[in-house]
Amino acid sequence: MIENRPIITFLSHLFLIFGILIIAFPIWITFVAATHDAVRMVQIPLPLLPGDQFFENLKETLTRGMKGASAPPVGFMLLNSLIMAMMIAVGKIAISLLSAFAIVYFRFPFRMAFFWMIFITLMLPVEVRILPTFEVVANLGMLNSYWGLSIPLIASATATFMFRQVFLTIPDELLEAARIDGAGPLRFFRDILIPLSRTNIAALFVILFIYGWNQYLWPLLITTDQSMYTVVMGIKQMLDAAEQSPDWHLIMMTSLLAMLPPVLVVVLMQSLFVKGLTETEK
Amino acid sequence: MADIELSNVKKSYGATDVIHGIDWHIADGEFVVIVGPSGCGKSTLLRMIAGLERITQGDIAIGGQVVNKLEPADRDIAMVFQNYALYPHMTVYKNMAYSLKIRGVGKQEIDRRVKQVAEILEIGDYLRRAPRQLSGGQRQRVAMGRAIVREPSVFLFDEPLSNLDAKLRVQMRLEIKRLQERLGITSVYVTHDQVEAMTLGHRLMVLNNGHVEQLGTPIDLYENPATQFVAGFIGSPSMNFLDATMGERGQSVNFAADASLGLSGDYSDHEGKTVTVGLRPEHLEIADPSQPHTSLNVQVVEHLGADTLVHGAFSQDALELTVRLKGVQSFSRNEVIPLSISPQNVHLFDKTTGQRL
Amino acid sequence: MLKRVHFGPSALPYLLVAPQIIITLIFFIWPASQALYQSLLIQDAFGLSTEFVWFENFKELFTDEHYFGAFKRTIIFSFSVAALSMGFALTLAAMADRVIKGATTYRTLLIWPYAVAPVLAGALWVFMLDPTLGIFTYMLGSFGYEWNHKLNGNEAMLLVIFASAWKQVAYNFLFFLAGMQAIPKSLIEAAAIDGAGPVRRFITIVFPLISPTTFFLLVLNVVYAFFETFGIVHTVTQGGPAKATEILVYKVFNDGFIGLDLGGSAAQSVILMLIVIVLTVVQFRYVERKVEYT
Repeated sequence: MIENRPIITFLSHLFLIFGILIIAFPIWITFVAATHDAVRMVQIPLPLLPGDQFFENLKETLTRGMKGASAPPVGFMLLNSLIMAMMIAVGKIAISLLSAFAIVYFRFPFRMAFFWMIFITLMLPVEVRILPTFEVVANLGMLNSYWGLSIPLIASATATFMFRQVFLTIPDELLEAARIDGAGPLRFFRDILIPLSRTNIAALFVILFIYGWNQYLWPLLITTDQSMYTVVMGIKQMLDAAEQSPDWHLIMMTSLLAMLPPVLVVVLMQSLFVKGLTETEK
Repeated sequence: MADIELSNVKKSYGATDVIHGIDWHIADGEFVVIVGPSGCGKSTLLRMIAGLERITQGDIAIGGQVVNKLEPADRDIAMVFQNYALYPHMTVYKNMAYSLKIRGVGKQEIDRRVKQVAEILEIGDYLRRAPRQLSGGQRQRVAMGRAIVREPSVFLFDEPLSNLDAKLRVQMRLEIKRLQERLGITSVYVTHDQVEAMTLGHRLMVLNNGHVEQLGTPIDLYENPATQFVAGFIGSPSMNFLDATMGERGQSVNFAADASLGLSGDYSDHEGKTVTVGLRPEHLEIADPSQPHTSLNVQVVEHLGADTLVHGAFSQDALELTVRLKGVQSFSRNEVIPLSISPQNVHLFDKTTGQRL
Repeated sequence: MLKRVHFGPSALPYLLVAPQIIITLIFFIWPASQALYQSLLIQDAFGLSTEFVWFENFKELFTDEHYFGAFKRTIIFSFSVAALSMGFALTLAAMADRVIKGATTYRTLLIWPYAVAPVLAGALWVFMLDPTLGIFTYMLGSFGYEWNHKLNGNEAMLLVIFASAWKQVAYNFLFFLAGMQAIPKSLIEAAAIDGAGPVRRFITIVFPLISPTTFFLLVLNVVYAFFETFGIVHTVTQGGPAKATEILVYKVFNDGFIGLDLGGSAAQSVILMLIVIVLTVVQFRYVERKVEYT
């Protein structure tokens, strides 16, 4: 900051705090709703300060779920979400590392063809090819399975591109030194490339975990069996049920639980998150 | 321990030839330097010996075995890179041990060898550190340690000192020389710095545009440069080159009406021809005014302490000439000083081909 | 593109790319080509017979006023979301860039909504503006305004815009702040010495210098609003009332899965793919330009 004008600085802080309040207000309301019982949650106006039912509500959502909503207990859905998010994140990282390695470090026929094929996938989010993809998954018998939930979302060009970028910045001399030291391709990959890409892998993991956890349309389509529901889509089932009996305290508790893991990941691994975000988008 | 034999080694990228057929035998235990300006192909040649570049034509043999098709790891060589190429995520110890580990050398043997080499190079205290925690000179030592620890039969150096500052470069140069003498391992060293080349090499190869200009000992190259290129490349400050006409019976060269130099040797075949005369700055000396001499009109004087460089104009045509005089000497601008040079120190080159006459 | 030094020919690279290529072929290339093919077919209501009709489905779409309406809505929706979230984020970032103390704390407090799933964002806003119970509804009511997005299409649109923009502020803030912090301090100092005050400096120096970031974010926000807001629309309004919030992505899903108009839905998919491709190309052109200038 150039000039020392306390008033402007004060106003800046004021505006920032005001901004944070606007951004955080919906979450506060969610939290408050999750701490009251069903009776309080139908009296107008709804409370603005927390009540004392937090742990009761927590227990009920985690173990029983919501009456009338066609969804399993939230604890169960959280586990499904976790498995799906992990499979997507780990799977994407694994196949992207391998293909980026091949494209950067080998010269072989059809190299560019493969590169373009991967590039094209960057252009097609699952939403726009949803019907035929659903058919493929149905024909492969992958409906209502973790594989069906994760594998179609695993291939994406962004991760491959990022690793390609990372590999290109690694000096050629390291490969030459490794070859003189007697390391073959796989050994070089394991001993040099992977350790050198560690922070990029971690940053990407943060982004992909959030991406996987927050998937909605795809799980909604391919899971009909309640035991495969993820928590993000479970919310929708609860909202539908809320048309009849609005158990907002339970819905909001579930929302809170559903957003907690990714939000924690972002807040606790902030620097990795920022790194991942800026690197995958450029 | 091994010798290296290059037979008609060529390299081309598509239609562009970068190495034009080189034959060279490097004896076992010899320290040779490939020197030349950037882009002359010296690094390419070294990388072909290392196995990092494919050989377009010809053969390279190490220790009598043709290695054209062998992987770098199987050639029994070690290489020190310009930017050191240390693995940034491994400690100094692991960097040095890596090749031994891949080769399946036992843990204790690795430990013994790494520690022994670390002691020679005085890097024992840094073994647990990461490369980024080391200074440039220390990294350089680690890079050499990594090469030595493998006990290869050939060392390859690719401009290993060019990333160091001037003072450290002189110090490391000396260390490399000592180390090579102590270990007696055949070494090929690439550099663009002629001082490094002169001080380190038993023999030098001067490379220009993928052609060998001259092969020989440092003194050979200095005293009898085969071409004008070599003459200009070796020695600092560079040799003065002046156009002149060969005088009567080839006994002198004439620069202008008022200036000529006597020659030793018989150049009568070249009488009347225009030739290029090469004069090393350090061979020019102040003459006794009563003896035959030429005159220099002083323009700029540079004091180096041990020497004085005098830049001036020579003859009626005001040809530029640099003279290197011993000690501290003072001259004023436009002062005229008498100069002479002993006839055997006058180098003559063909004006068109650049070949020595 | 390729390293100067690389490994020699072997089967290994094929094995390395195989997993990604196989998945890409099965789940991307094949479905996308299916979508292309189906967009040229008309199927009867029972799925018993199909007829190859060339571009009939596309012709029908372009004459369909519902589709045209969805298109117009999507554009209004996208640019509203982009303008709202980018404007708010830009102001916040400018403030955060000004204050030295606590800039990182503010960042932490502002970026977490990025991690909230669109569906959840939708759920929170639906709760706050529930026509009978919602807190905002109550507040608006005390000013004499009756909010009911289940009946009023404009209110429904506002609701999805708010929910979508709210979630996107974090993302925009992060990039704006990074862009501003990348401007050399000496430039700002030079402007200050030239006599420009804080506001003038922002308008004449900072904003022009971050314009590449702004453009990049605009493209990304439009992509976000076009495709990733499906969850919000699906939870909050289901495209209603009376299609007031039916954006293109939602219509593809609705016509395909609910209305079972496979050909029409596929044709819409194809158009969406073309839009994605155009946006991606624009985005890449930007990246290239950026590489050139730095």
